[in-house]
Amino acid sequence: MNGVHDMGGMQDMGPVREEKNEPVFHHPWEGRVFAMYIATGAWRKWNIDAARYMRELIPPAEYLRMSYYEKWYAGLVELLEKRGLLTRAEIDSGKPAPGSNKATPPLTAEQVPTARHRGASTSRDVPVAARFQAGQPVRARVINPTGHTRLPRYARGKLGAVHLDHGVFVFPDTNALFHGENPQHVYSVRFAARELWGDAAKPQDAVYVDLWEDYLEPA
Amino acid sequence: MEATRRDFLATAATAAGAAATGNLAQAQEHGHEHSHQAVPSDLTLRVKSLESLLVEKGLVDRAALDALVDTYENKVGPRNGAQVVARAWADPAYKQRLLADADKAIGELGFGGQQGEHMVVVENTPTVHNMLVCTLCSCYPWPVLGLPPVWYKSAPYRSRSVIDPRGVLREFGLEVPEDVEVRVWDSTAELRYLVLPERPAGTEGLSETELAALVTRDSLIGVAKVRPQREGGAA
Repeated sequence: MNGVHDMGGMQDMGPVREEKNEPVFHHPWEGRVFAMYIATGAWRKWNIDAARYMRELIPPAEYLRMSYYEKWYAGLVELLEKRGLLTRAEIDSGKPAPGSNKATPPLTAEQVPTARHRGASTSRDVPVAARFQAGQPVRARVINPTGHTRLPRYARGKLGAVHLDHGVFVFPDTNALFHGENPQHVYSVRFAARELWGDAAKPQDAVYVDLWEDYLEPA
Repeated sequence: MEATRRDFLATAATAAGAAATGNLAQAQEHGHEHSHQAVPSDLTLRVKSLESLLVEKGLVDRAALDALVDTYENKVGPRNGAQVVARAWADPAYKQRLLADADKAIGELGFGGQQGEHMVVVENTPTVHNMLVCTLCSCYPWPVLGLPPVWYKSAPYRSRSVIDPRGVLREFGLEVPEDVEVRVWDSTAELRYLVLPERPAGTEGLSETELAALVTRDSLIGVAKVRPQREGGAA
């Protein structure tokens, strides 16, 4: 989706301002939203691509206005409802539906360190042939999917070169919609800054973008 | 899940849209100096309500939420990444392992896991300067840097890092020489990056612990260099 989240190359968003001695969470509710997202993720009712997609679906004006954890809250509520962990009535009332079952067991405090160390890799150990090799020139395809994609607009149609092959990973465009993992190679692709932005860029500068095989074609 | 923006709009009015009161969000998104005090009280209440509901339904354990907050507030952060860098500076064999297989080498120090499952370390040299961004969202190597600061997740940084990295670096007080190559790494997939900054001159006699104390979060993202002496209160 050519949404406002796909920000690479936009201008006039203002200066980058660093906050001195910034806390991890600026308010207790931010930490709770973060923790609820991680803890409910342990039910495996969604995947990281679906979670990102939910935040991308926040209407553009809201997306730009909201703070980071407001977006996470909005995305989490959508996931909880769409994936059937909560109903809209429950969210609105703050009360479980009469007679609804109690889920068990949730992620416990004791499991937090193990779950964190284990992580949730999206790499897949399946034999998938690589279409491209390091050093090979490639072009990012010109596609405009209306769902979730990790091919940023600024790279589409641009000529680059494969820097290296990262191996096989779950494909976000299908995974976000629960249409299958469609595992395929992900490549680090080097794009010269001038290819992306024109002659005002320095000739030696470059942007490296990690791209799934379906985003690329031979050049 | 055939979610559409139309669906989202239908529910956003209660889920998120009501947070439109206060101007905190805009202040955060644009990274202005802000007090973080203008949180819509409604949002605070709704987050509390959601937590109670999830607990009552058995979907979350309150102690697990406490443990998660504590982990990222107190246990995981840029000090981890600083240790990795100090080890690489002090031990050339470790540095080689780090650049060749970052997951394994970072794992030697006990770090790894969620949002750092697949790490890549990129080395700054006198001729190459690396910087990290996630233009599409907020991808960041949690096990070695903790959770990202607001500016990293903000529209100004995400939009401009790729088109004007030198201008962005200048705002951080870093002027990259004309003849140095700037490489921007956009974390669009599930690889997570860490910059190995240049070891500053004059630190030959320092221990690994002393070296680690010099390494700032910003130098690990590539928006600052490591200085031979750490300034008080620097990020």
